Amino acid sequence: MQSVGLNIYMAKLNNIDDLRNLRALLREASRTGKDTLKVCCGLPCSTLGSQAVARELETEAAKSGLEVEIVKTGCQGFCQRGPLLQVDPYGYFYQKVQPDKAKEIISLTCSSGLPVRDLSYRDTFLNTPKEFIRDIPFYAKQMKIALRNTGTIDPFSIHQYIAAGGYSAAEKMFSSMSPEQVLEEVKKANLRGRGGAGFPAGIKWAHTKRALGNIKMVIANGDEGDPGAFMDRSIMEGDPHSLLEGMLVCAYVIDAKYGFIYVRHEYPLAIKTLKTAIKQAEEIGLLGTNILGTGFDFTVQIREGAGAFVCGEATSLVASVEGNRGFPHARPPRVSEVGGGPWGYPANLNNVETFACVPPIIEKGADWFLGIGTQGSPGTKVFSLAGKVKHTGLVEVPMGITLREIIFDIGGGIIGNKQFKAVQTGGPSGGCIPEQYLDLPVDFDSLWKVGSIMGSGGMVVMDEDTCMVDIAKYFLSFTQAESCGKCPPCRVGTYQMLQILQRITSGEGKQGDIEELERLGHLVVAGSLCGLGKSAPNPVLTTIRYFRNEYEEHVHEKYCRANVCNIGFFMINQEECILCGLCKQACAFQAVRETRKGFFIDRDYCTKCKACYHVCPVNAVQILKKTYVRLEEELRLAPESLEFIERRRKMTLKDILESRPSEIVTITTDHTVSEAVIRMREKHVSGLFVVDEHNRLVGIFTERDIVRCVYDNISTAEKLENLIMRDIITFDPGTDVSTAISVASRKKIRHLPVVEDKTIVGMITFRDLVSYLLPEICFMADTMY
Amino acid sequence: MNVDELHIDDEIGAVGRILSDNEKKKGILIHALHTIQEDQGYLPEDVLRRLSNNLNIPLSDIYSVASFYKMFHFKPRGKKIVKVCLGTACYVRGSKHLLTTLENEFHVQNGETTEDLAMTLETVGCVGCCGLAPVSTINDEVTGEIIGDRRIEQFIQLIKNGSE
Repeated sequence: MQSVGLNIYMAKLNNIDDLRNLRALLREASRTGKDTLKVCCGLPCSTLGSQAVARELETEAAKSGLEVEIVKTGCQGFCQRGPLLQVDPYGYFYQKVQPDKAKEIISLTCSSGLPVRDLSYRDTFLNTPKEFIRDIPFYAKQMKIALRNTGTIDPFSIHQYIAAGGYSAAEKMFSSMSPEQVLEEVKKANLRGRGGAGFPAGIKWAHTKRALGNIKMVIANGDEGDPGAFMDRSIMEGDPHSLLEGMLVCAYVIDAKYGFIYVRHEYPLAIKTLKTAIKQAEEIGLLGTNILGTGFDFTVQIREGAGAFVCGEATSLVASVEGNRGFPHARPPRVSEVGGGPWGYPANLNNVETFACVPPIIEKGADWFLGIGTQGSPGTKVFSLAGKVKHTGLVEVPMGITLREIIFDIGGGIIGNKQFKAVQTGGPSGGCIPEQYLDLPVDFDSLWKVGSIMGSGGMVVMDEDTCMVDIAKYFLSFTQAESCGKCPPCRVGTYQMLQILQRITSGEGKQGDIEELERLGHLVVAGSLCGLGKSAPNPVLTTIRYFRNEYEEHVHEKYCRANVCNIGFFMINQEECILCGLCKQACAFQAVRETRKGFFIDRDYCTKCKACYHVCPVNAVQILKKTYVRLEEELRLAPESLEFIERRRKMTLKDILESRPSEIVTITTDHTVSEAVIRMREKHVSGLFVVDEHNRLVGIFTERDIVRCVYDNISTAEKLENLIMRDIITFDPGTDVSTAISVASRKKIRHLPVVEDKTIVGMITFRDLVSYLLPEICFMADTMY
Repeated sequence: MNVDELHIDDEIGAVGRILSDNEKKKGILIHALHTIQEDQGYLPEDVLRRLSNNLNIPLSDIYSVASFYKMFHFKPRGKKIVKVCLGTACYVRGSKHLLTTLENEFHVQNGETTEDLAMTLETVGCVGCCGLAPVSTINDEVTGEIIGDRRIEQFIQLIKNGSE
């Protein structure tokens, strides 16, 4: 269509009728009935190679000679399945399109209207493919207002925007509405700011309109710094004219001549797209001086940010536009008042998405808009659905939809069918919403009630493998790093809170840390100057509110149930272990020891770095609660010796006696020393039980007694009753070996008479103990090293 | 933009009509810094001094602005600038692990440059590719879904050799 009479299309529009004619002309030109291939060229799809797909499609189409139009659109939303391709007029939707499929698409779809089934979406491998975009659950529940053109038109073509009904709001406004009427319409529609707080746009516009002075400005806030949010970028990259048109409407209402779009420097494509869009709009006469011959002037310029999160805050943004450090200042004066905007001129600042919602409201009327969404928050909201959901991407849904519908119907549930834990909304200023509120209808007020905010629309889903304390720490470290440092509650308070969280997540949490976090959090909220500081503790406060038990586990039990924090007790499950040895290689501290039987982790060396945990292919490295292993900690033993302890606990003198053939060798008191020696020699023993005539134990006679006899010159004919020690130590058969050893070594005795209820059970010598313990010692050594 | 030939009125655009000279000069400062950095890879002191002279803005003011914004650097940076996204979605899907692996592999810490100026390792708040988390960029070329050892190894090769 560009080839036919290019100059007609590019001619400057001198009045409203010119715009109407142009639109009619463009629509006529596009009504040729030829197939349109819409290749998503948003950043995620481009990363996955959609540019190559588009090139290949062009080549193949040219080869085939078919009349095919290939449109490189902005983000189509379903980023995870990219590169995406839609084929109109059939409504086919293709996912994961690779360049080598181009030929098939052209030959099947474009020439015979058949779908390429292996590119169609399937819920699972077993399900039948869903050929049409309207059948895909990800798209079925969506409703597009702000993203109405994103993903369907070429963002570099103003003509496609106009053909799709673009600038109709401008047309209607300039031809039949006064600024007051437009303002009334926006007020009535109760369009709330999509950037975070949800302040009604109409009221803000009215406020700016009332401000003194002739010079006013319109600023679009595209400093989308929230990690996990990319809806503004999608609009700027995919449908820049809807933003420009929204700004134009606002400028008309407040009579502003100058407009700025503040874009992050991290979005180079958005800057490029916007620059092209502004240039095209100026050429055609929809921006610049004397717009559509109405005498209204409005210019738009781009201001690039330079990587400062705080510049998303209104007053900081103004400072940045002026070229200063992005410090916020106290309000009043607000940006909409004299002295508050750039260079002191009043300015109306709205989010990109808010502006993108304006044209349809003017075009279709406030009543239409009020019919969508909830009473307090009409319209739709774009969310960037990310995290642990199956289908990530950009979704626009009517307000009032439940979180469950977004996460489980549109998002397709949690990856790997794990347990849902929480959803984080509103970026670093928002909060975490637990499972119990999954059926909560999403709008500005309901989220506020549960302690979170809508924010710019980031929605990060977390499953059971996400540690809430770690997430709180993550957000806080983000805001802490981004704190501009102007006011101490934010600068120092977030730092102190972060220190506490660092401590908790590294296993050094103390009693009272959680309460201290709450106290500091409330102080930071109360004392900070700008929105960043006021909301910085939110993630911490909401996670404490809903997941206090996890905090307590970290503090008291030094355990992280999601195995995220580097705390807990590491051990190798011997049953799961496949002896691959990767853990040993991975450990930088030689804490993984190898034995004849397998591997174990030496606690004294373990730094809990989790290298072994990550590397284990069969998840045999497990992280346990500390309470499990308190016994070993007391005894300073490796958990692998649990079995050993168990065995040792059972080891008594009775076991020793049973372990060898034993004979009770006795001698009565009326025998002589020489008789005793002969008895010992005969029986191959080193000690005798000495009993009286009633066979009651009175003492023992051992080799040591013979030594004493020789040394003291005692005759070998001496009777034993005059010689033996009578107060001997006897042992119960139930005595455990360690006690026996310690008593025997303390008393310096080598023979342990074992007696049960005055009945002699047997004699145990030190040699018996040694030979009995030898295998145990070997076993122990084996386990340890 | 050449620091010695500044077209202030062109750069500031239509709004320049209502601004004083000093406001205009200040207004293009951030843009000028961006341009210098694109040109040189960082902000060398001598260029900033010339900029200060030409814009008639004290050097201290220029440093005050430049040091506030994270994207401006005062030291030479590597040929390849690797930015690991630490946005929420990437973080939840394990970009911290990726960052540590890269730190160990190239023996640099976050924010540092290798000695041979081949590579600078940085983090970024969010590149807006959350659907493909975890992502990283090499000189603004995005690589997505760097999850699992195999993908990480491929990414390391991509940094080293320019191909997977």
